[in-house]
Amino acid sequence: MSFISRGFKGRRRQEGISGRVPPGQYVTEDFPVLSAGPTPQTPLSTWTFTINGEVDAPKSWTWEEFRALPNETITKDIHCVTKWSKLDTVWQGVSLDVLLSEVDFGVDYLTAYCDGGYTTNLPIEDVTDGKAWVVYGFDGQPLAPEHGGPARLLVPHLYFWKSAKWVRGLELTRDDTPGFWESLGYHDYGDPWREQRYQGD
Amino acid sequence: MEHLVEQALVAAPHKRLVWQLGKVVRVVPETSRTKTLVLEVPDWPQHQPGQHLDVRLTAEDGYQAQRSYSVGSPPEDKHVAITVERLEDGEVSPYLTDELDIGDELELRGPIGGYFTWQASQGGPLLLVAGGSGVVPLMAMIRHRAAAGREVPARLLYSSRTFEDIIYREELDQLAQDPGLEVFHTLTRSQPEGWAGHRRRIDSTLLEEVAWPSQQQPHIFICGPTRLVEAVATTLTELGHDPARVKTERFGPSGG
Ligand SMILES: Cc1cc2nc3c(=O)[nH]c(=O)nc-3n(C[C@H](O)[C@H](O)[C@H](O)COP(=O)(O)OP(=O)(O)OC[C@H]3O[C@@H](n4cnc5c(N)ncnc54)[C@H](O)[C@@H]3O)c2cc1C
Repeated sequence: MSFISRGFKGRRRQEGISGRVPPGQYVTEDFPVLSAGPTPQTPLSTWTFTINGEVDAPKSWTWEEFRALPNETITKDIHCVTKWSKLDTVWQGVSLDVLLSEVDFGVDYLTAYCDGGYTTNLPIEDVTDGKAWVVYGFDGQPLAPEHGGPARLLVPHLYFWKSAKWVRGLELTRDDTPGFWESLGYHDYGDPWREQRYQGD
Repeated sequence: MEHLVEQALVAAPHKRLVWQLGKVVRVVPETSRTKTLVLEVPDWPQHQPGQHLDVRLTAEDGYQAQRSYSVGSPPEDKHVAITVERLEDGEVSPYLTDELDIGDELELRGPIGGYFTWQASQGGPLLLVAGGSGVVPLMAMIRHRAAAGREVPARLLYSSRTFEDIIYREELDQLAQDPGLEVFHTLTRSQPEGWAGHRRRIDSTLLEEVAWPSQQQPHIFICGPTRLVEAVATTLTELGHDPARVKTERFGPSGG
């Protein structure tokens, strides 16, 4: 389609970042908040992180145990389906490689589940080999509740709804099972570089 | 809070969302900073009140920008209306409010979003809390409620900076002549002389006054800047409302 919006000039991207911003996205300095309902309040004393589903033996960590796992500081660009991208965000957390190495499994998908009932689905291929983390720090501070604290998933190469807030565990599954937004018309995979925003994109 | 998931699963199967052209048939100035664009969209699938659409602007050299706008019109209308607040140094909103005119075309696709929605058939009571332009998707619900002729009790608590910033003010006054709809305004920055409404940010006392008790299990929709949405959602949960009945939407950057 070659429709031109009469009189639209637009704000061109700054030099140097153009290769980092996927189609249809704009860069923001703010950190917008997006969620479907109230921010859950889970005390750390009862917080756990669990890997279950199609695994030989489920594995669970308390907050203390989780914080004692080897962690890293990661700097990544993030892309939200509501059109904003934020560059060079700095996170602290545990690689999913570390977590998944604690269970034996032979399946290809997972569903991340969260306080508040939110879920999202991911191919395991997309969360291994240094591609995903469970993060509890942002910009050197504990992750704020409205941004998903105490801990959220970080899968920066996919649209940010895949980086589920308030994550409490991973259910490993044989099939790719649509999660919350995926069942409401959003794309199953969500690659920002291919603009996979909605089903059928 | 299993509800969140169940609701997602009952959603209808999805058709591919294609870009299409809407034609501006009417422009309505709402406040000094907001305008409603009424669009004729030939292939618009009926939306649910609360849903939004995506707008895509293309410059002559092919440069594109996309943004989301809530649909303010009810599904019963034959046209699709969006209401846009002009942000001073914004890329898209000043184009929509200042440049676009009757007869111009606008590329869009939708409707999008199936969680922040309400249909009259779901019943009530309905509690709507808005800050600024966050009133737009809630207005679609209010208009739909009126068009559907259902006697669902509804309350809108609407926070604006000043009297002049109240979007849809006269229409809300008219709609509120229906005793089933109560509209409560609060003005946070300044109030005209003799203002009888509230005059502070929405806090827990104000919510207790306006909201139905949690036992009545209202459907709750909150839309506006993040700070307002966070505060109101948290307070309502503290007042005993089931988090699964509290649905939120935020509009973006500093607002969101
Ligand atoms: C689901 C959804 C529904 C929406 N519905 C509506 C709607 O009905 N009406 C409406 O007007 N907008 C709505 N928005 C917001 C809209 O999509 C744009 O973000 C908004 O119009 C700003 O775009 P812009 O290109 O003009 O500004 P940008 O170029 O994106 O931003 C310009 C500057 O303004 C700042 N800024 C951005 N947003 C705000 C804000 N809200 N308050 C203060 N400063 C800000 C930015 O940080 C930036 O510095 C909605 C957003 C979403 C995600």
